[in-house]
Amino acid sequence: MADDLRTVHIDTAHDSAWKHVAGSAPYIDDLPEAAGLLHGYMGQSTRAHAKLLSLDLTAVRAHPGVAVVFTAADIPGKNDVSPIYGDDPLFAEEEVIYVGQSLFLVVAETRAIAAAAAALAVVEYQDLPALLTIAAARAAGSVIEPAQTMKLGDVRAALASAPRKLQGNLVVGGQDHFYLESHIALASPREDGDVHIFSSTQNPSEIQHLVAKVLGRPDNAVVVEVRRMGGGFGGKETQCALFAAAAALAAVRLGRPVKIRVDRDDDMVMTGKRHDFEIAYEVGFDDQGVLRGAAFDLASRCGCSADLSVAINDRAMFHSDNCYFLGAAEIVSHRFKTHTVSNTAFRGFGGPQGMMGIERAMDEIAQAVGKDPLDVRLANLYGPGRDLTPYGQTVEDNIAAELIAALAEQSDYRARRAAICGWNESNRWLKRGIALTPVKFGISFTATHLNQAGALVHLYSDGSVMVNHGGTEMGQGLHTKVAQVVADAFQIKLAQVKITATTTDKVPNTSATAASSGTDLNAMAALDAVTTILGRLRLFAAETYRCAPADVVFRQGEVAAGEAVIPFTELVRRAYFARVSLSSTGFYKTPKIHYDRATHQGRPFYYYAYGAAVSEVTIDTLTGENRVDRVDILHDVGRSLNPAIDKGQIEGGFIQGMGWLTTEELIWDASGRLRTHAPSTYKIPTARDRPDDFNLSLWNGDNFEPTIHRSKAVGEPPLMLAISVFSALNQAVQACGEHKVPGRLDAPATPERILMAIEDVRRRAAAA
Amino acid sequence: MAQRTTLKVNGGTKAVEVEAGTPLLYALHDEIGLNAPHFGCGLGQCGACTVHIDGKPVRSCITPTSAAAGKEITTLAGLGTAGKPHPVQKAYVDEQVPQCGYCVSGWIMTAAAFLKETKNPSDEQIREALAGLKCRCGTHLAIIRAIKRAAKDMAQGSVA
Repeated sequence: MADDLRTVHIDTAHDSAWKHVAGSAPYIDDLPEAAGLLHGYMGQSTRAHAKLLSLDLTAVRAHPGVAVVFTAADIPGKNDVSPIYGDDPLFAEEEVIYVGQSLFLVVAETRAIAAAAAALAVVEYQDLPALLTIAAARAAGSVIEPAQTMKLGDVRAALASAPRKLQGNLVVGGQDHFYLESHIALASPREDGDVHIFSSTQNPSEIQHLVAKVLGRPDNAVVVEVRRMGGGFGGKETQCALFAAAAALAAVRLGRPVKIRVDRDDDMVMTGKRHDFEIAYEVGFDDQGVLRGAAFDLASRCGCSADLSVAINDRAMFHSDNCYFLGAAEIVSHRFKTHTVSNTAFRGFGGPQGMMGIERAMDEIAQAVGKDPLDVRLANLYGPGRDLTPYGQTVEDNIAAELIAALAEQSDYRARRAAICGWNESNRWLKRGIALTPVKFGISFTATHLNQAGALVHLYSDGSVMVNHGGTEMGQGLHTKVAQVVADAFQIKLAQVKITATTTDKVPNTSATAASSGTDLNAMAALDAVTTILGRLRLFAAETYRCAPADVVFRQGEVAAGEAVIPFTELVRRAYFARVSLSSTGFYKTPKIHYDRATHQGRPFYYYAYGAAVSEVTIDTLTGENRVDRVDILHDVGRSLNPAIDKGQIEGGFIQGMGWLTTEELIWDASGRLRTHAPSTYKIPTARDRPDDFNLSLWNGDNFEPTIHRSKAVGEPPLMLAISVFSALNQAVQACGEHKVPGRLDAPATPERILMAIEDVRRRAAAA
Repeated sequence: MAQRTTLKVNGGTKAVEVEAGTPLLYALHDEIGLNAPHFGCGLGQCGACTVHIDGKPVRSCITPTSAAAGKEITTLAGLGTAGKPHPVQKAYVDEQVPQCGYCVSGWIMTAAAFLKETKNPSDEQIREALAGLKCRCGTHLAIIRAIKRAAKDMAQGSVA
């Protein structure tokens, strides 16, 4: 057979590509609605913090077309949809803690009727003081858990003895996920009071547990299924539970299917976002800009409950070093509790915010010692003898120096920077900036137990294969990659392998598809299942064709055993008649990792994914308008399973990160209402924002660790490549003060913020 | 009051029972059962609901069904199929554009109408034509590559 049976390390199209472009791929809202299906709509709190004095739903219930209205009193089990801490009620009971919190569920014949009826509720509140900002929570001492500290050596002594020192701070805004498919759940009652739920979720097992708790039933009474999401980005790791549980409650109580498809505005108001941060740092360094010590104070707004904020803020601490050896270090992390929507996972999971501090510090040190920021970054990279992170993990797979050198060369960074410096001197109104920033992102869930995966592989007697695994498809191409790995292991055509919807009754106890680990975990579990089946086939072939099992070779759709060479499908058929089991589960757990959260020490990450980007920008100093002129990226995905899919993740992650740091601004008013809750006011990148000149290449090198075909995770790391855009914008701002003082641009770098930063830098430069 | 409206969709005729003001999106998606267009924002601001009416792209979430009665409505499924794709659909797969795939109606339907009017468009013209659309996976770079590829294919007449 021809070489076309090579199925890994190739540009195979996404498994749903043709269905996507021809409009036939079903998302949950596209599934046929069963007879008797009802629609749910959630009544929401209009206050940020208040006592709920009374909730009069008489008019809601009386509205024509309304079937029933559910409140907390109707919950047979526990009124909680939180992943860990028990602090996210499905429906508020005595107190409301954010604007948009769910109070009740209206179930009606249509979504429009349910929404209209919900507006008729008469709610009596007694307002309580609301903490809306980091500053307010800090002043009140309102936290979701005590501040955490990560330490390496004696940072105070290091700072005291360092030849030079500087301090700075930075505000980093949050980000709405803005998946194009908003939250949706479709629940159907089953026998014995059980329930089946289609949920647009990255985390089917978690939804299963939470729905079971709400219903007061065991996990085996609940099945959660998802074939594909219209985007997730972390926003569907926990936030989907609210809607899934409400739909399930209604379906079980009514004995009818119930669908909740959340409108865009409600989705943006009701569900959590990326955490906004306030970062302060103090660094000590020598005259060359090499760090002796660094102290970071990270403060984040977690919102009204813990959700995943503990782990997210831990990851911000883990990435406060990015690629650099800090010398002595102390990272203090404050997790503030506010009366705003509970912030949650978002691509990067706190890592991006953590990196922002050290990258700003690098730029500021460079300004202080009068060097190219790239030289300061290079001088501070981890290296032999300086390879210990603040959390006690040794950086063993460091390729940052080679990767950065290669990118600087291929992007012509040095010459372009010199040209930009000259250009800025002769241009008054427009200023340019260029920056090269690297990324080192730790791969693994930092909660060690989550680093496990299961798979189920069926080999049917006609030689076709069905694969199921615990990972979910949100567009990242996970199912395609797993199918590639399975086809390669069986040595059959990709078309013979079908991946089916993720569902908790096929593979149990799965982890969220998150932490970039979908392929690392699930492809390994699938490979384990295939290996089991191949072992049985191997024994059968050896027995049948009289050879040693080790001499049975599966290759390109054929099986060679002794003197015989037979088609794979023929061997499978014969194995079936010989009563060989052709189905297997598979399992994988990530090796080597461990972490002690009490001391914040251990090896939380199996390996690191690296990358670097050079961005060049222009700002208009009169209007603050700005443009990304050129981007060059060199990114490490190990030995790519599918370069085309990986490049899509890198481009998309970069664009999404660029949006976070430039145009995407979340604004809450003084009463705690989100005012940017639609595409008209919340600006994600469009085709016009994409850089004109964009050059992407993949680093050529295997993963040091034996991951699946030596590939590396790719979902989150590229988002942080966009820090280069932010750094370049700050360089352009700094040029407005002729680089006499450091630029202090905050994120997102909207035109307003750029103008304010220019004014600030000019004022300080004049005083310097 | 729901009323019977006859819609000409993808070369066929479908009768739907909806109120006159019901958005065309719901008539196509909920009543006729087409998987695309999709509901994205409900405000005509993201484009995920885009269809053609008499060859022009419109946002079906803010178009009353009554306004489309008697006119030729085309959705992604009517534009082309895997077996007989429109050049933009083919280019989308060739350039590996779709990630989550939810927004695709907006881009492909808009681009198909645009390329019919504009042969060999410049980058600036493409950007201008697509400026009002949203894609959260950030596939914009691949989208531009695909549209240029489709424009070239259409100019060469190599694809139907």
